[in-house]
Amino acid sequence: MTDKATVSAVAGKAELLSEDTRREIDHWRAKFPDGVEGRRSAIIQALVAAQHQNGGWVSVDFMDAVADYLDVPPVWVYEVATFYSMIETEPVGRHSISICTNISCMLCGSDKIVEHVENKLGTRIGETTPDGRIFLKREEECLAACVGAPMMIVDGHYHENLTPEKVDEILDGLE
Amino acid sequence: MATAQDNQTDTVTIEVDGQELTARKGEMIIQVTDRAGIDIPRFCYHSKLSIAANCRMCLVDVEKAPKPLPACATPVADGMKVFTESRRTVDAQRGVMEFLLINHPLDCPICDQGGECELQDLAMGYGRSVSRFTERKRVVRDKNVGPLIETDMTRCIHCTRCVRFLEEIAGTCELGGMSRGEHMEIGTFVERNINSELSGNVIDLCPVGALTNKPFRHTARPWEMRARKYVGTHDCLGSHLHYHTRGPKIMRAVPRDNEAVNECWLSDRDRYSHFGLRSEDRLTSPQVKVDGQWREASWSDALDAAARALKGAVETHGGSELGVLVSPRATTEEHYLAAAMARSLGSENVDHRLRLLDFTHPQAGRAHLDVPTAKIAESDAILLVGSNIRHEQPILGHRVRTAWRQGGAKIADINSVAWDFHFDLAERMIVPPQAMVDTFARVAKAAADLTGAALPEGKLGEYIAARQPEHEAKQVAGMLKDAASGVLLLGDQALNHPEAGWLRRLAEWLAEALEVALVVLPGPANSAGAWTAGSVPGRGGLNARSMISKGRQAYLLWDIEPDFDLADPAAARRALEGAASVVAATTFDNAVLRETADVLLPLSPAPEVDGTWINADGHRDTLQAVGRAPEQSRAGWKILRKLGELAGAEGFDFATLDAVTRQALENDSAEAAHDEAAAPFVAEGDTLWRTGEVPIYSGDNILRRAPALQQTTHAAATVCAVHPTTARRHGLEDAERVRVRQGEASAELDLVLDERVAPGAVGLPVATCPVSTLGAGGGEISLEALS
Repeated sequence: MTDKATVSAVAGKAELLSEDTRREIDHWRAKFPDGVEGRRSAIIQALVAAQHQNGGWVSVDFMDAVADYLDVPPVWVYEVATFYSMIETEPVGRHSISICTNISCMLCGSDKIVEHVENKLGTRIGETTPDGRIFLKREEECLAACVGAPMMIVDGHYHENLTPEKVDEILDGLE
Repeated sequence: MATAQDNQTDTVTIEVDGQELTARKGEMIIQVTDRAGIDIPRFCYHSKLSIAANCRMCLVDVEKAPKPLPACATPVADGMKVFTESRRTVDAQRGVMEFLLINHPLDCPICDQGGECELQDLAMGYGRSVSRFTERKRVVRDKNVGPLIETDMTRCIHCTRCVRFLEEIAGTCELGGMSRGEHMEIGTFVERNINSELSGNVIDLCPVGALTNKPFRHTARPWEMRARKYVGTHDCLGSHLHYHTRGPKIMRAVPRDNEAVNECWLSDRDRYSHFGLRSEDRLTSPQVKVDGQWREASWSDALDAAARALKGAVETHGGSELGVLVSPRATTEEHYLAAAMARSLGSENVDHRLRLLDFTHPQAGRAHLDVPTAKIAESDAILLVGSNIRHEQPILGHRVRTAWRQGGAKIADINSVAWDFHFDLAERMIVPPQAMVDTFARVAKAAADLTGAALPEGKLGEYIAARQPEHEAKQVAGMLKDAASGVLLLGDQALNHPEAGWLRRLAEWLAEALEVALVVLPGPANSAGAWTAGSVPGRGGLNARSMISKGRQAYLLWDIEPDFDLADPAAARRALEGAASVVAATTFDNAVLRETADVLLPLSPAPEVDGTWINADGHRDTLQAVGRAPEQSRAGWKILRKLGELAGAEGFDFATLDAVTRQALENDSAEAAHDEAAAPFVAEGDTLWRTGEVPIYSGDNILRRAPALQQTTHAAATVCAVHPTTARRHGLEDAERVRVRQGEASAELDLVLDERVAPGAVGLPVATCPVSTLGAGGGEISLEALS
């Protein structure tokens, strides 16, 4: 299915990937069937690993590195990277914050939390603070923590039952 | 009894608009209605592509279904009742149309697709006359995907036909759907050209004006043009196509459906080549050299001069001193007349096999097919020998890919460069050209060991018997032996190989021993027609290479550029310079012809000419000229008729082409005069051999002038490519430029280290400017680093 000509456009790019990233990709690849479709399935997790290595976002070079490492056409990797909101394709701040604004959180006051955070940081949703410290991710859909609404994710960790005070505490604790 | 029952369980009966239809189980509704001629609107469905069901235009009302179902993705069930014109169907389709038009710009007046647009057509039937959408429409930035396809991505309706085509048919996965929801865009993400050799087909597939023909853009409207039948004339398949003409001018080419030939596809080469006809260096008037000066002449003066030159040379030096070299792209009738004239003047020196180096096989350069080309797609094992099939025969490359993709065929190759294929290879034997015969013979030995087949008598058998097959050779032989419908395919590079005769004899024996089909595919277009018409040397005649190496007193060159189209450009120039008279009928002005010829006659090539084309399958098409030839250029058969008459050849007083066509197709040359076979080459020391591919867009004079094709990455500058180990052995590791020598000929070229090239081989294409002073595309070559 793959074409050597297009894969060769990214030949050698896999060098960018660290040992840890490769190990992580190998771990996920082993969970899928052999063959190109199985390798295609591993793209999401491979991008997550590459994103981790690259400081929170994947550049085209890193997407190409994933394509080369998984031996799939680069366009498949671009599709996944641009589709999923957990993959960032532009540089972002050191810490990533996603505030859930879906129905349960909204009913429990997530709008106020968003407003508070925006005012506190002086930056809008979808942007990074000028000092590169915090990235406010674009509104997320339901993150499956309605029981603790309103909630947000900070660098992959869930924080529930938010109040402005609690948010201050969390944000101030970030380097 | 059992069969009848199987049939019963295999088919179901459905009712569409009250009409009873029989369908195979598992078929989709749309496949059944299409067969019955019942129209269901659609954008994303295409019979040759996978089903995506993302445009929703084909929603139909199905009895007992709670809501309308997409006809392209709903399998038939026994007793199913479908209503394609019911209120619910039409309402659903109208609703879908309204959504599709939300973001579609109403720019039909400036859109190239206007008048042949599926969206426009269906909007006439299903669209509202006034839009209810008052919000802002989205705008999508256009992409640059190269010189062949223009993009207007705001018009895209995300049917993904182009994405699926490039992934499934072309095998290159160059387009994808980026982002999602309202932000979804079809594109390459990173600016990259679409490089597939079949890329132009996405233009036909695109149901809107998002992907259009770049060089054709904004030059004509569909309703201004007439569709004229012709065939592609750049490969031996001869894809069926329509040229769309406006007045005298060919505006564009589109495929003409024929399942047995090109299905519904067209290669970029056949689609974009005709733009080369408009090149500024078309020869538009006859030219005669008088006292070393070129003068424009009338047709009658030029023909007189040409006839005098040829006749004079024959009378002074004898018929055997006349050499006639004909472009394989000539029509069958031109081949016939050129050969008939030569024979009438006492010369058997006629040939169209311009790039061949080895003429030891009686059928050298001739197509041979044990199975029709369409059957290649059904084969279960294929061995490619000396073939970069994607570039040589793009549509047949797709057939090989189909065999691999749909039938799981195993494919192996023996090549001197590890070409990038769009299928996986079970085995690869990448060997330099000097080891080709040895390698192929080892496969033969392995086959003999496996099957116990008796080796052929004589030198061939002895040679095979002396080989020691290694693991790969055994694997390849085993792969073909186990195949139920195996194919052994000899490509252009096997035919142009310096030991082509050995390769062909080995292939013939091997195909018989392993009971697989032999398929021999010559590169150029009408070579089958040339053979039929007798455009090969008869008894005692000289072949194309000997005519050059042995030097004749007089030459007739038929649509040939000596520095590009002949096997050995350096020798060709010497031979033409040494000749007393050279007459050339040519489409384009050419510097070497200006230097060496005495008369130039402006020729109308295909498709500007009536004539018969025979493809590798033996399929004959007698076609009418398309597009008017510029100024004074004339159809070849008319030129030959007059020239033959003036030169005193017999049988040239015919009035119409029909009579010639009949005669040309009457006989079939059984074989051509052939050379004695020498012993196979034994590699000694570190000799390098050149492996000279004909680049995909350099094969003939029109292609070399087709501007859009020449801007593609396939037409990149010619470089000299060697394997890194070759570079090390020959002290070239640090060299960026090299001097290439073949005998006395030499040229300076950039050196590239490429692991795809077999060690011991020098990958250096033919038929491009930097190599137009060099020697043959095969054989010994030496490299020397330049500082």
